[in-house]
Amino acid sequence: MSRNLQYTDSGKLHHFLSIEGLRKETLEQILITADKFTQFGQRDIKKLPLLRGFTVVNLFFENSSRTRTTFEIAAKRLSADVINLNPTTSSTSKGETLLDTVNILEAMHTDLFVLRHAKSGVAELIAQHVPDHVHIINAGDGQHAHPTQAMLDMFTIRQYKGPFHELRVAIVGDILHSRVARSQIHALNSLGVHEIRVIAPNSLLPAQVERLGVHVYSDLQQGLDGVDVVMMLRLQKERMSKAYIPSEQEYFNLYGLTSESLAAAADDAIVMHPGPINRGLEISSEVADGPHSVILPQVTNGIAVRMAVMAMILGGDNNG
Amino acid sequence: MAEQMNIHIRGGRIIDPANRVDSIEDLFVSQGKIVASGKAPAGFTADKTIEAENQIVCPGLVDLSVRMREPGQEYKATLKSESAAAAAGGITTCCCPPDTSPIIDTPAMASMLTQRAAEIGLTQLLPIGALTTGLEGETLSDMFALHQAGCVAFCNAERPITNTIIMRRAMEYAASFDLLVMLRANDPWLSDEGCMHEGEISTRLGLAGIPEAAETIIIARDLALIEQTGVRAHFARISSARSVDLIVQARERGLNVSADVAIHHLHLTDYDIGKFNTFCRVTPPLRTERDKDRLREAVASGQIQAICSDHQPHEKDAKLAAFSDAEPGISGLETLLPLGLKLVDEGVLDINTLIASLSSSPARLLGIEAGSLGTGNRADICIFDPDVEWLLDNTKLLSKGHNTPFKHWPLKGRVTSTLHAGKIVYSDS
Repeated sequence: MSRNLQYTDSGKLHHFLSIEGLRKETLEQILITADKFTQFGQRDIKKLPLLRGFTVVNLFFENSSRTRTTFEIAAKRLSADVINLNPTTSSTSKGETLLDTVNILEAMHTDLFVLRHAKSGVAELIAQHVPDHVHIINAGDGQHAHPTQAMLDMFTIRQYKGPFHELRVAIVGDILHSRVARSQIHALNSLGVHEIRVIAPNSLLPAQVERLGVHVYSDLQQGLDGVDVVMMLRLQKERMSKAYIPSEQEYFNLYGLTSESLAAAADDAIVMHPGPINRGLEISSEVADGPHSVILPQVTNGIAVRMAVMAMILGGDNNG
Repeated sequence: MAEQMNIHIRGGRIIDPANRVDSIEDLFVSQGKIVASGKAPAGFTADKTIEAENQIVCPGLVDLSVRMREPGQEYKATLKSESAAAAAGGITTCCCPPDTSPIIDTPAMASMLTQRAAEIGLTQLLPIGALTTGLEGETLSDMFALHQAGCVAFCNAERPITNTIIMRRAMEYAASFDLLVMLRANDPWLSDEGCMHEGEISTRLGLAGIPEAAETIIIARDLALIEQTGVRAHFARISSARSVDLIVQARERGLNVSADVAIHHLHLTDYDIGKFNTFCRVTPPLRTERDKDRLREAVASGQIQAICSDHQPHEKDAKLAAFSDAEPGISGLETLLPLGLKLVDEGVLDINTLIASLSSSPARLLGIEAGSLGTGNRADICIFDPDVEWLLDNTKLLSKGHNTPFKHWPLKGRVTSTLHAGKIVYSDS
């Protein structure tokens, strides 16, 4: 096995590539640091000088508005210089040019790349090839990992539900194609929740998913029974054409989160979604905009959590 | 002329499974052939003596799957570079799948390749002809003409023949002339965009998986057609335990089928992919510990008859990519024997079985004159020191492809000399 690139030899957080391979203390420190930044975000002057003089490049090979924007805001609040780049995937389908792109930017003395790519493992690949002074934050690689999303979800859960060890959490939907679900599962397990359930038809479950430490349900009502947290996943509309599921209608009837289906969960359950939402496909508007929903706070928390990760990587004395 | 040299190989342990020989004897080579073992023939004067004490002298290895990359992909490797790599690996016969560019579906291509390799003279190249024209899976290639031009078997390389009536007719036609058909079992729908074994590791890495059934379904389908057509068939590079079971059952029913496995499937599993190690991207994919164990068992018991290198050299950039974009394959010629000897060292199989599965058995499957040290045979000989311990430095490989997941592996046993047609084509001194 290759060495863990996420830490320096002295144990400091160096790259942020996947939740798998990070220590529980690191995850907890991210939550604590993000807490401080949240309080700060409520003040009038929102800028902190922590990353003054650092250059952060948002390198998004795959389109995203929400994630890129919150990373940009996070970096700017820490006073970093931010550059946004969206190279088209077609011109970088070969690893040679992918690494070329990074080499060129690196020659411009950038400090941190926030990287998104449609292929699993690209963050790890780039991290293996950049010099020691360059850092990588994975903002989503294929179906592998989306660790900052998972951490903002953890932050939101902790904010609304308190300590993790009592909680039952259900993740609902297209687990098979979801990097978010994979990172959530690792984070929830690492932080020690009581139980994780995944709810989906078998055709949307990856092989041997139970080995990740989850209980598998194909029935929504049974799966939601008594849970404290419901984490919905986005369903790509093209899944129908490849025969993963029969139709939008059947999917919504069986797995769509509505007031009726949510009734099976705990009375004070929270509902989360990484966005963008397909209203009427995986979730009803009534629930998405309803009292259980914490979907908008998730977005707000995304800024503080991303500030925390950047500060821990680039900042002086954080021993993750 | 080097070819005319009289060579005396002195004091080595001769392991020659084809002739059931395992003893310390001298071997004498003249006029490109083995002329005697034990005592020198009358009037023999050695021009050259190879001291083989404490070494093993065995038939030159016969590798059932070697991509030379020429013609068509000379930026990856050339006949010259890979012939030298084969010689350094003790491999004196290389079977080349037809997916060159142009494809080996014409007699001219087949003879051109054979001749060019013969001109280089470091190893014998035997082309495997395309089973269907252009590997398109639609019309049959001129199999008989290709056979006459030197093709030792027929396959459709990595391109699955999905139309079962085409497959049946290809088998029927090949059976008419007792031609060997090689099959790489892969269901293209089940493997789809998969790039590794489907299981816990692919789930963790978020990579599309290739289920075991992508292989077993096609093996089951092809076995039914083999039974019906009576063709001589060989399953190339099987990767799973259940595939072994299917083939063993078919042999028990009396079917004329054989199989080989790539050496890396006897050493690695999907776990070795670790964090997206593209050097472990191979087709068929590395599977589980259970599969690896069953494949090892099957080689040891002769249920799998041959081990090949599945040599696929690549330029550096081919592996510097996202895992799913990385080109599959390992540069394997120079590690075939050492990795085989590692199996002997680990007690998986005995040295005689290993050498048989690397030489006499594949030669017998192909029906070629190779893999034997009998008097009168062409002097294709591999001499190796079974005890020398070394670390693999991939940058020192003679192959132009330095792509190997076995980098820095401790290996034991190394070729010291290789003879091809009586000529010393490799010597470590």
